Amino acid sequence: MYVAVKGGERAILNSYDMLDDYRRGDPALPELTLPQIQAQMPLAVSRVMAEGGLYDTHLAALAIKQAAGDLIEAVFLLRAYRTTLARLGSSIPIDTARMNIQRRISATFKDVPGGQILGPTYDYTQRLLDFTLEANRHTTPLAPADEPLAAAMPRVTDILQHDALLQAEAPLPGDPAPFDLTREPLSLPAGRDARLQNLARGDEGFLLAMGYSTQRGYGNTHPFAAEIRYGSVEVELFVEELGFSVTIGEIDVTECQMVSQFAGNADAGPQFTRGYGLAFGYGERRAMSMSLVDRAMRATELGEAGDAPANDQEFVLYHTDNVEASGFVQHLKLPHYVDFQASLELLRRLRSERDAHADTAGVAAPDASTRPAPAPAPLPQAQEFTS
Amino acid sequence: MIPAHVHPAAPVERDPHYNFGYLDESTKRMLRRALLKAVAIPGYQVPFGSREMPLPYGWGTGGIQVTAAIIGANDVLKVIDQGSDDTTNAVNIRRFFGRVTGVATTESTRDASIIQTRHRIPETPLGKGQIMVYQVPIPEPLRWLEPSETETRTMHALAEYGGMHVRLYEDIAQYGHIATTYDYPVMVNGRYMMRPSPIPKFDNPKLDHSPALMLFGAGREKRVYAVPPYTSVKSLDFADHPFTIEQWDECCDVCGSTNTFLDEIILDDQGTRRFVCSDTEYCAHHAAGAEDKKEPAQQRAAAARVDASTIGHIPAGAAS
Repeated sequence: MYVAVKGGERAILNSYDMLDDYRRGDPALPELTLPQIQAQMPLAVSRVMAEGGLYDTHLAALAIKQAAGDLIEAVFLLRAYRTTLARLGSSIPIDTARMNIQRRISATFKDVPGGQILGPTYDYTQRLLDFTLEANRHTTPLAPADEPLAAAMPRVTDILQHDALLQAEAPLPGDPAPFDLTREPLSLPAGRDARLQNLARGDEGFLLAMGYSTQRGYGNTHPFAAEIRYGSVEVELFVEELGFSVTIGEIDVTECQMVSQFAGNADAGPQFTRGYGLAFGYGERRAMSMSLVDRAMRATELGEAGDAPANDQEFVLYHTDNVEASGFVQHLKLPHYVDFQASLELLRRLRSERDAHADTAGVAAPDASTRPAPAPAPLPQAQEFTS
Repeated sequence: MIPAHVHPAAPVERDPHYNFGYLDESTKRMLRRALLKAVAIPGYQVPFGSREMPLPYGWGTGGIQVTAAIIGANDVLKVIDQGSDDTTNAVNIRRFFGRVTGVATTESTRDASIIQTRHRIPETPLGKGQIMVYQVPIPEPLRWLEPSETETRTMHALAEYGGMHVRLYEDIAQYGHIATTYDYPVMVNGRYMMRPSPIPKFDNPKLDHSPALMLFGAGREKRVYAVPPYTSVKSLDFADHPFTIEQWDECCDVCGSTNTFLDEIILDDQGTRRFVCSDTEYCAHHAAGAEDKKEPAQQRAAAARVDASTIGHIPAGAAS
């Protein structure tokens, strides 16, 4: 009796236990705690919060621990949790001009009001493995600076906009509520609100590659990093009953604003245009990539050629999501016996018909053996349907 | 009402931490609205606000959301993958619904009010009041002719389906046969071209004028579509190349069926193989039925059981 597919339930339950053991590793070592992950792997926590679309360092750390460090799996865990949460309200837009700055740099001006603030960055580290980290190392915290940061730290793009050198970003007429990608299916052409939401949760590797492709000539936008800033901002909620907004918390965000040249058109003279990137936590690579891709997707509306992959809204927006992509790529390990059997049946039939044809041809031409074998007929493309 | 002999196949306990059917009620309502529209326009792909589910995209999230939206406390659920109730993914989805709904589950096609499936339609004919829920990877039949969603939506609006016929014709010209063996395109109600999900074309005729309601869910692609009961579903073909289904020279090694879809089992590396029914429940039932012929009383009892189970089979979810 054929029983190979039986027993799935017990196997599944056993696989849970094996996974637990695998994740835990050597039980002689102390178990990772969530505060350790939150404090010592903040960049992993940032990425999981950004792509998970949920700002919660504790839950992100839990997801990272549960996923044994697989960040895409952690993103998935956080997303699946997030869908179950009720919506209590919408915050008023955060104001990054009022950010409590940790880092702020501009690549377009040597000095800007408020100054260039390096903050914590890997940029100028020499990438030499630091063997002193092999052991627990005691570090003395940096003494506070002699003078505090400037209270006013205007965004470089605001300065450019003041001179009308940068295209203004005005709310749409009537200031409609933004599209909500987590509640509505994407429809095309997508508005910039939907595009930015999509990019904000998009896979960092994909955004990086798409942004990179524009730099290498596939839809170049000649970008400059007008400003990158990282720090904490207040989140405010307008409470109807009170009639004013109250601060409900603070979140860390990274913002990148790229400016790109624009030749101008009948409505506007030559101007800089903006590509915008925003990420939960500290995620500079992600915010920069996002701003490049955002600008690339505006090519058509700005009258540019728009024929590169990064310019193609549909191509970019349908492929950013790593939860979708990871699931669909990996579903190929699910059984496909039935489809495969259907293909096998066809292939056998085609081959036997071909052999029969070759046999009759051989009878008609006795010297067939001396001739080169006929070129094999192309077999049908393995059906490109995925299932 | 749950037939008395439905075994509580899933020893999974209802987890009270989750809403019935996992999804919140407003999400279920959104899904039901989309499904009503889908039923009203047979074969038309209705966009819906697909949610992240606790199972990965590609594992049946569309079908799971559809089932979650229609299932009621009195439903009896069957889940199959590749025709079998025992494949790991089917087991997992059945356990999931056991955990979040606590409904009775079954392996019997006749006893089920909702059957969620991946890649097969059961061999046992479906009846009035039953609902099939299909897991759909790619809902768009024109996708391999035209990658852009904007374009394909326009093509559906204009019923511009000539490209698919050209593709099938090219297969015939090159290979002598239409080389599409599963996910074989159909026309629904004479209007919309539809992918029947990756069922083998062997199963396509079962869609035509079926008394059961067919619901299709594509979670990652965020589309649902439907074939209402007794609706025409025609597989594409040509007058001189009529649609045909797979046939085997062998019969099922277990139950002896000659008219079912067979899985090929490789037994060694010398080319020895045997064929068994892909629909394991049908196969077991058929094998048992062959033995029953020796015992007419038992057979009569089995027949009576079947009749009783088909009475009052209005799925609770459909009415909610």
